[in-house]
Amino acid sequence: MTDNKLVVQNLHAWYGKTHAVQDISLSFPDKQATAIIGPSGCGKSTFIRCLNRIHETQPKARAEGKVLLDGQDVYQEDPTEIRRKIGMVFQRPNVFPTMSIYGNVAAGLKLHGGYSQDEIDSAVIESLKKSALWEEVKEKLDESALQLSGGQQQRLCIARALAVQPEVLLMDEPASALDPISTARIEDLIFDLKNQVPVVIVTHNMQQAARVADRTAFLYLGKLIEVAPTRDLFERPSEKLTESYITGRFG
Amino acid sequence: MRPPKRLRRRLKSAVLLGLCGIAVLLMLVPLASILYACFVNGAGAITPDFFLKNPPPPCNPAAGAPCPVGGVQDAILGTLLLVGLASLIALPVGILAGIYLSEFEDRPLARPARFLADVMTGIPSIVIGVFVFGIFYSFAEAGWISPFSVISGYTGAVALAVIMIPVVARTCEEALRLVPTSIREASLALGIPRHRTILRIVLSAARGGVITGSLLAVARAGGETAPLLLTAGFTTGSIFGLSGWTPSLPVMIYEFASANYPNTTQLAWGAALVLVLMMLLISVGARLALRNRFGGRVA
Amino acid sequence: MGEAPVGSGAGADARPGPPGVPPATTSPLARGAARRLRARAADLAFGWVALAAAGALVVLPVLLVIVLAQNSWMSLVRFGPGFLFGRTWDPNLAPITFGAVPFVAGTIETSVIALLIGVPLSLGAAVFLAELAPDWLRAPVASVVDLLAAVPSVVFGLWGLYVLVPFMRTSVDPFLVKYFGWSPIFAGHAGSQSGQSILTASIILAVMILPTISSVSREALRATPDSQREAALSLGATRWEATRLGPLAYARSGIFGAAVLGLGRAMGETMAVTMTIGNSNRVATSLLDPGQTLSSLIAINFGNALALELSALVELGLILMALSLLVNVVARLMLRSITRLGGSTA
Repeated sequence: MTDNKLVVQNLHAWYGKTHAVQDISLSFPDKQATAIIGPSGCGKSTFIRCLNRIHETQPKARAEGKVLLDGQDVYQEDPTEIRRKIGMVFQRPNVFPTMSIYGNVAAGLKLHGGYSQDEIDSAVIESLKKSALWEEVKEKLDESALQLSGGQQQRLCIARALAVQPEVLLMDEPASALDPISTARIEDLIFDLKNQVPVVIVTHNMQQAARVADRTAFLYLGKLIEVAPTRDLFERPSEKLTESYITGRFG
Repeated sequence: MRPPKRLRRRLKSAVLLGLCGIAVLLMLVPLASILYACFVNGAGAITPDFFLKNPPPPCNPAAGAPCPVGGVQDAILGTLLLVGLASLIALPVGILAGIYLSEFEDRPLARPARFLADVMTGIPSIVIGVFVFGIFYSFAEAGWISPFSVISGYTGAVALAVIMIPVVARTCEEALRLVPTSIREASLALGIPRHRTILRIVLSAARGGVITGSLLAVARAGGETAPLLLTAGFTTGSIFGLSGWTPSLPVMIYEFASANYPNTTQLAWGAALVLVLMMLLISVGARLALRNRFGGRVA
Repeated sequence: MGEAPVGSGAGADARPGPPGVPPATTSPLARGAARRLRARAADLAFGWVALAAAGALVVLPVLLVIVLAQNSWMSLVRFGPGFLFGRTWDPNLAPITFGAVPFVAGTIETSVIALLIGVPLSLGAAVFLAELAPDWLRAPVASVVDLLAAVPSVVFGLWGLYVLVPFMRTSVDPFLVKYFGWSPIFAGHAGSQSGQSILTASIILAVMILPTISSVSREALRATPDSQREAALSLGATRWEATRLGPLAYARSGIFGAAVLGLGRAMGETMAVTMTIGNSNRVATSLLDPGQTLSSLIAINFGNALALELSALVELGLILMALSLLVNVVARLMLRSITRLGGSTA
């Protein structure tokens, strides 16, 4: 039984009047990948965005509850520090268009400061290697990040997030905008990454959840319906709702 | 090393973002100052005489003998005539040109016309004044008009029209573009000929934007000074129409401000107050009208 | 088909006429054909009318260049390219000498300084409105900023002459001379103590172009996808850093284009400058000196000029037009990605 790196207790979240996340409690063990699945609009993106406090940066967005990172409630800490510790990869690659490939990966480190040039260089190389992009870009680190393909840009975003050495990595449907080959690459990545950093991945693709995640949680209309080891959830779901979703009756 | 740096960053963030707020306040200072100055200095001039009399001769206040104040009647009349004639020329031409740019955009002339219209809106208005002056000057040289008619209300109105046409054309085009294609198609499918589709149906659907754009162009013309300085001249006497030197409120403000006699200076402030209030009213009105029409933010 | 022959008497589709007159005979189909023909003719005519109107848009600028060239011909021929480098403008000299340098210098100096003052303020306001302001504050503040655009140039000039100039003369200029007078740009020369100066004119210009730069910058910032800012935030950036890495970087070319657009506006401004710049036809070396721009000289001298001087003034107008054209075209190229510019920015 691995320790729980991230523990969510009674999380609620609103967009204006919409109660998007309703009383969810969930734990994320270390060295594991946890998938969050559910139909569109079930609140899975909102949920994950509450974990690194990105949710509250939208106007009229609010959250309540506890999110404990190693026992500390992130809502009591400085958000900029939390967001460094809990990294995020978004649905569409959002590389910084005015920076080079090197610049993108180094961006987080440069923000926090206190690193020597050598430290930044080696961190960039290491992150690019971890996100399986190094071989493809090592000759062109100073070129614009925009000339990379979609799949490459997303891996760049992963490298950028990894460079600041987060303790948890959140991924909001990271492969949904990508072609199958890039998707497969990213799934391989997650497989490798989860041994170093616990990964929480939101996905609408059940097969993807089955492929990469150790545990899977099913959300519906803002509530947590069921969470279990992935195989158990898919083969022997205990809730009727879960079963309906998995067998494709809705969503 | 990490915590102190983080505090500094947060402080820097707060300071810089606070400066942005201060920037907004700083921007409002001149506006407030201008409005205040116009009110304080000009409100006293707004008497019935303001609208009924013409400016007095320049005079320095001698001890015990106050200077007559007078009014700006013919400057107002001049502005109305100039802007009126200019609008009569510019609005039909501009709206038709806007229709062409929007409804006939696949024709070869559309792209160069649009580009040149944008170019024209960027040309300084004084250059337009020089241009129109030059045209009428050539007419005089060719003997078509008398040399004394070169500077006249007609010249001034043409100058204002030239300034207005590209502006009206582009705003009209933008307004027409917002009308969904399906409306045009529905009309044509009913057998309504194209010219009537455009004039009755599409133009009508876009009338809010067209009217607003035209109003803003007219307002802008009312505030123009430099081209009128060159083409319409100035006089403090009565005018009977647009032939000959035609005064206007903006030019009058300039002339009196430069002359610096206390009684006429007050008239200048009064005129400035009237001008600013009118421009603000039209601006705000246009903005509100556009917002209500589109139910959201305008710009 | 179905057309009753003339004089055949009453048919189902013949219109009754006065007794004794053969009935008018057109069938609905023939009437329809005639109507369609009229409609097509009207469509064609309308197309021509609209074409003529659009033609005006093309003819006017071309005519403008021709007329300006024609009217400046005398001066072009007389002074040649030397006009662009001449530093003297004196109709009373023998031989008469006109040169453009002091005025080109004045135009460029005032516009650039206006930009230096105006861009930080405008950008700050744009950032405030796009990123910081709560929803209810946004629209009213934006409207008030845009109200500045509604104030006519001559009113700015009046305010400048009677409010800003005395303020500069009594408070700002002495301060600048005292603490920065050692440097050439703030030197206080004799004859520059009136408060009318390059600096004063630049300040007014800066205020006048604030709404332009601010609103176009705001559009550019708003066009930035949220994910850019969120990407920066997710790395642990502070709010300012996220604004810097996200919208400010993404909208870079738009902001730059806004600044260039403001430059173009400033260069073309006439009345406010004329009333605050001091109207001296020499090249100003210090910001506190009086000066003259292309537009202010034309405004002042045009009414009294004859022959050669008039021609020289028109040539200055040509130069001014070329300069502002260049700047505006550059600005529009930069702003191509941001759609709505239109003619609505007054």
